Amino acid sequence: MILLIEQLLNGLQFGVFLFLVSAGLTLIFGIMGVINLAHGSLYMVGAYATAIGMQWTGSFWWGLLMALPAAAFTGWLVELVIIRQLYRRDHLDQVLATFGLILFLNELTTICFGRAPLFLSLPETLSISVEILPGLLYPLYRLLIIGTGLLLAFFLYLLISHTRAGMLLRAGTTHREMVEALGVNLTLLNTGLFVLGALLAGFAGALAGPLISVEVGMGENVLILCFVCIVIGGLGSIRGALFGALLIGMVDTLGRAFLASGLRLILPLDFADSIGAALSSMSVYLLMALVLIFRPQGILPVLGRVR
Amino acid sequence: MKKLLQTLLGTLVLGLGLANAGFTQEPVKIGMVTTLSTGGGYLGQDVRDGFLLAVEEEDGKLGGVPVEVLVEDDGRNPVNGRQIVKRFLDRDRISILTGVIFSNISPVVAPMALKDGIFYISPNSAPSTFAGKECHENYFVVSWQNDTLHEAAGMGATELGYKKALLLAPNYQAGKDALAGFKRFFKGEVIDEIYVKLGQNDYAAEIARIRAAKPEMVFQFLPGGMGINFLKQYSQAGLMKDSAMVVSGFSADIKILNAIGDAGSGIISTSQWNHDLDNAANQQFLLGFRSKFEREPTLYASQGYDTAKLIASALKATGGKVLEDKAGFREALKTAKFASVRGNFRFASNQHPIHDLYIREVVKKNGQMQNRILRKVATDHQDAYVQECGLR
Repeated sequence: MILLIEQLLNGLQFGVFLFLVSAGLTLIFGIMGVINLAHGSLYMVGAYATAIGMQWTGSFWWGLLMALPAAAFTGWLVELVIIRQLYRRDHLDQVLATFGLILFLNELTTICFGRAPLFLSLPETLSISVEILPGLLYPLYRLLIIGTGLLLAFFLYLLISHTRAGMLLRAGTTHREMVEALGVNLTLLNTGLFVLGALLAGFAGALAGPLISVEVGMGENVLILCFVCIVIGGLGSIRGALFGALLIGMVDTLGRAFLASGLRLILPLDFADSIGAALSSMSVYLLMALVLIFRPQGILPVLGRVR
Repeated sequence: MKKLLQTLLGTLVLGLGLANAGFTQEPVKIGMVTTLSTGGGYLGQDVRDGFLLAVEEEDGKLGGVPVEVLVEDDGRNPVNGRQIVKRFLDRDRISILTGVIFSNISPVVAPMALKDGIFYISPNSAPSTFAGKECHENYFVVSWQNDTLHEAAGMGATELGYKKALLLAPNYQAGKDALAGFKRFFKGEVIDEIYVKLGQNDYAAEIARIRAAKPEMVFQFLPGGMGINFLKQYSQAGLMKDSAMVVSGFSADIKILNAIGDAGSGIISTSQWNHDLDNAANQQFLLGFRSKFEREPTLYASQGYDTAKLIASALKATGGKVLEDKAGFREALKTAKFASVRGNFRFASNQHPIHDLYIREVVKKNGQMQNRILRKVATDHQDAYVQECGLR
């Protein structure tokens, strides 16, 4: 029972973390109509900025604080120089250009910081486990990720549903030409949106830094799962991204946690282990395939979409 | 006209080269196809640097014979490896091929070299097929057989008195081989085996399973960044004190220890070499490596150095003849008359090492994490495949 709760928490934490990266991705796709493969690179920028900031100042918090301007600036620059040229182009052009951007940013990072992974250590106060239920120790830092992630999701909801900027964003998703005709500066809106997405990705990278190694190419691993999240949730929909991310987080974690041991009850040991491992790494893609078959628009798609 | 001039010039240079050969010895060409880029690039860099250090000690010679070392990066890609080796064989006419790091490259390039009749001397990768059924008279391995350090982990865990172990590896061949190697010598009970996806980053689910299973120790083989991530999260979860971490030397080299910092404290790992082995060859190697490269060598650097020293001993014995006197060069390699930095070293009949194995513990010294030898776990260890090899 304790194990189940712990694994559910792990799933929640993974899901929340995926949401932070997917949110920007889905907004940029939904509103600007751009497939941005380089979104993972912004996540990498956040992680590197935190690691470098921590090396300079010796404090994790300063590092975390540095990730935000670094990611925002990179996002702004990328939008200005590259993405802006792609709005009216074919999706294939966008994929090509942003894929090139991944290669460029990875190589640039290698030149600047080398191939060796950087190490980020947590401050003492955070690297402890707390007893949230009798007998259930859980790392404080992972709890913190859950908390901040949910809080950010709430802020995004407020921003999109209850502010003027959010209204324009929503309108831009569904009635782009109309918004433009009403004299809204879409270029500015797009840039702002891209920077917001970059900020979220960079923040996720900063949070991930102490858990995983900060290295070149770390963004691509996350990016693929995030695409799965937004496809399942419905392209362009923030609610969908949240739902998709939490679902993927749970399915992936619980699959890894219980599939192999479950299969052992019905299959021989060796066989169960390899089948279990294979199935659990496939599980999220199987889920995506099922969603695409039965509900190709995603589980929580944007309502009233005309394009 | 220009073409004619070029041809003439070329002939002239060629003529000079031939004329020259009479006076000074033509250098022995050694092709080194290794992995210098990608996340595994530091392995190849260290093998190369260790090798070249030995060449530099003799001012461009090995065993008193001038050598020319051609270094190329395969990028961990077998296709690149094949192209490089083809060029080495057709254009550069090398006599010895060495340098291969990863076991997805060696099955491609080793047969090319052997078929061409030159010598193949591995400083790292040593898959089981070439140790057993497909062993070859011109194929030598200086490092270890691929299973060796995993086997040593099984011996070490047994000697340290662990009764209940949990094993963790990626779900692919090398991962399964690692666990098989560990189990071959572990006398206790394996309470669970967890297979993860290759390239996985977050191990929260697996760590929760380990916490629930309460093993006395965990043996894991997660290469590169995977291992770093796992060790960090394992240490953050506070498990290091409940369940000891026993790994093979690849998962605790100095590069990885620097990356994980304090989280590495207490890790038990195995190796055939360590910086604190007290022998003259090792002292000389450490002094040279540290002053030239200003960093600590990994076990890979020691293997590169040993490879060069082995070649040096054979070149000295034959007076620089390699392909002109294959039988002589082969015999000279087999006797392995060189001072290995790991101490005892000789070849088994399958031309893989017979050597001693150690377990080490990670400690912090002068603010730096480093490995310290705990004890020797095997004397004159040889691999499990030697009986399948037809060479005698």
